[in-house]
Amino acid sequence: MEENDIKIEVKDLSLIFGKKKSQALKMLEQGLGKTEILKKTKCTVGVNKANLQIKTGEIFVIMGLSGSGKSTLLRCLNRLISPTAGDVIVNNVNITKEDNKALLETRRTEMSMVFQKFALLPHRTILENAAFGLEIRGEEKEARLKVAQEALESVGLKGFENQLPSQLSGGMQQRVGLARALANDPEVLLMDEAFSALDPLIKSDMQDELIELQEKVKKTIVFITHDLDEAIKLGDRIAIMKDGVIEQVGTAEDILKNPASDYVKAFVEKVDRKAIITAGSLMFEKPKIVTLEKDGPESVLRKIRESAFEVLPVINKNKVFEGFIWLPEVIKAKKQNATSISDFITRTCPSVYPDVTVEEMLPLITNTKSPIAVVDENNGRLLGVVTQTSLVIESTRFNKEEIVELKEQAREQ
Amino acid sequence: MEKIINIGEYIELAVDWLTENFAPLFDLIKNVGNTSIEGIEWLLISTPFYIIIALIGLLALYKAGRGVAAFTVIGLGLIFLMGFWEETMESMALILFSTVIALIQALPLGIWAAKNDRVERIIRPILDLMQTMPAFVYLIPAVLFFSIGKLPGAFATVIFAMPPAVRLTSLGIKQVPADLKEAARAFGATNKQILFKVELPLALNTILAGVNQTIMMALSMVVIAGMIAAGGLGERVLEGINNLDIGLGFESGLAVVILAIVLDRITQALGQAKKEKNFSVSKIFKRK
Repeated sequence: MEENDIKIEVKDLSLIFGKKKSQALKMLEQGLGKTEILKKTKCTVGVNKANLQIKTGEIFVIMGLSGSGKSTLLRCLNRLISPTAGDVIVNNVNITKEDNKALLETRRTEMSMVFQKFALLPHRTILENAAFGLEIRGEEKEARLKVAQEALESVGLKGFENQLPSQLSGGMQQRVGLARALANDPEVLLMDEAFSALDPLIKSDMQDELIELQEKVKKTIVFITHDLDEAIKLGDRIAIMKDGVIEQVGTAEDILKNPASDYVKAFVEKVDRKAIITAGSLMFEKPKIVTLEKDGPESVLRKIRESAFEVLPVINKNKVFEGFIWLPEVIKAKKQNATSISDFITRTCPSVYPDVTVEEMLPLITNTKSPIAVVDENNGRLLGVVTQTSLVIESTRFNKEEIVELKEQAREQ
Repeated sequence: MEKIINIGEYIELAVDWLTENFAPLFDLIKNVGNTSIEGIEWLLISTPFYIIIALIGLLALYKAGRGVAAFTVIGLGLIFLMGFWEETMESMALILFSTVIALIQALPLGIWAAKNDRVERIIRPILDLMQTMPAFVYLIPAVLFFSIGKLPGAFATVIFAMPPAVRLTSLGIKQVPADLKEAARAFGATNKQILFKVELPLALNTILAGVNQTIMMALSMVVIAGMIAAGGLGERVLEGINNLDIGLGFESGLAVVILAIVLDRITQALGQAKKEKNFSVSKIFKRK
């Protein structure tokens, strides 16, 4: 088989939810839109005449916002949802026309799926979970546990075999999900928002590992995501979906440079996260705070020590933001035996409302070391604090180690 | 007051028709049933009391902990000392038999109801009726079909005790997260595989809660069934009432209470032994 053989072909696939399917399908063929069809037949168009050719051995990403029909389309590939019209051809076999038995066989041997919420069986150990697909297929216990063990090792979960899913973190649980899919040794992996439920750092690790793993196993992977960054990182080719329609298919480069429609363009423009991430989403909520009327130098000093920061925000008794207090100032206050820290607060410091974007915040930190206070627009109360580090991470997309390196370089100069 | 609609008459006609036309069938059921109940009774009574107490005590110790085990041994010992051992074992036999028969019907019915909304809609009012109808009422058809004795007692008990098991089985299976079922289907599981490998194991705790309820309701009904000569503690309670014998009434009532607590704590513990696992598990499903 050649590298570029077509593994999965989707031809004119439509999926309609509702009672008057045939009527809706006719209207769809006449070229009527989703909203019109909904109005006239009360049917929802999930997927609208999708055509795709997925090549052997590639990671094919289908990207779209929620409700775009991407997960529905994925479920048509192994017929967890049967399409209303059109064909899905896998390895030259038309899945849509297969009888129940052949379909089960296809799911058992050719395609495995990885789920957003892991979908591990809570009453079974990690090893038994990884062997689940083989068990369904009817493999002998010893044989399937051996294969499952190897699959777990390949995703770096050696030593966790006898634990229960609840004892593992989200990232590790998804590794089990991946191992379960790999244990079946399918030709096609269907991954439904597989990393969306993980926190960003782990998500990034898992993406790297998937790429690494793919170099070894060379599966055909269909990956669903709503995250363009993820699509660009993983996808050999990307399809962008909106309202059940595939708007564009191409490499990341194609899509970024020549967006086929306004929708894709809007999407791609949003990749510039600086313009969309706001102070409100970036800030540390409930930081350690100093209350002006309550805390003297001694207790401020203790709070600073506990917080491991050298600066803390100060509020007054009405919770209105006053300024920042720095460690050297507190020490000075203590030496002078001051009763209040009022005179030692730095009151000229950057503060923003929660809806200010990263891009707008960047100029604020050029001439100061100070963190940025996020305050309520109406009453000036302190909502949280954005540190310079997190701001730089967000705007440069460097990871933490790189930032630390950059900082050290800056200090040496 | 004068009757305008006579539902009772129709019910009477239906029951008469059944007794007339299915008499051989009822006889067969009665014979098989009575033999089974007497078999269990024989087993429980001919086994020395200390062995039974030890076995139940060990089960309690293993599943429900030391406290329950101690209560079991002391409580059952007290029953023996009060001289109610045979009656208690008779009641126990009737409870065991009725519970098994009730579960044999309730589990498949509950599974069916969970899978099929129409079945659920039909079953629900029937279950309501079975559960809320005063328990004594079941004794009448039971006697008409099977005359008096142990089997009619079991018949009434089964009807009365079955609903919670059906309901909780259905509930347990419906509560299995859809994404787990979808995952099984994506790996090529048949409906049967999904039922046995995913749905039933995950519904087990809820189903066991239903079993516990069924046993408790069976116990309460077994006492009432004493009125139709089903034997056991119920008959002693009745004797106490009839003779206004406060001593006998209290003692036999106490035996019922002890039996109830022992059965309840042990069967409840069966469900909870696994609950711990599932408790933390339910947290994962909520994690996003």
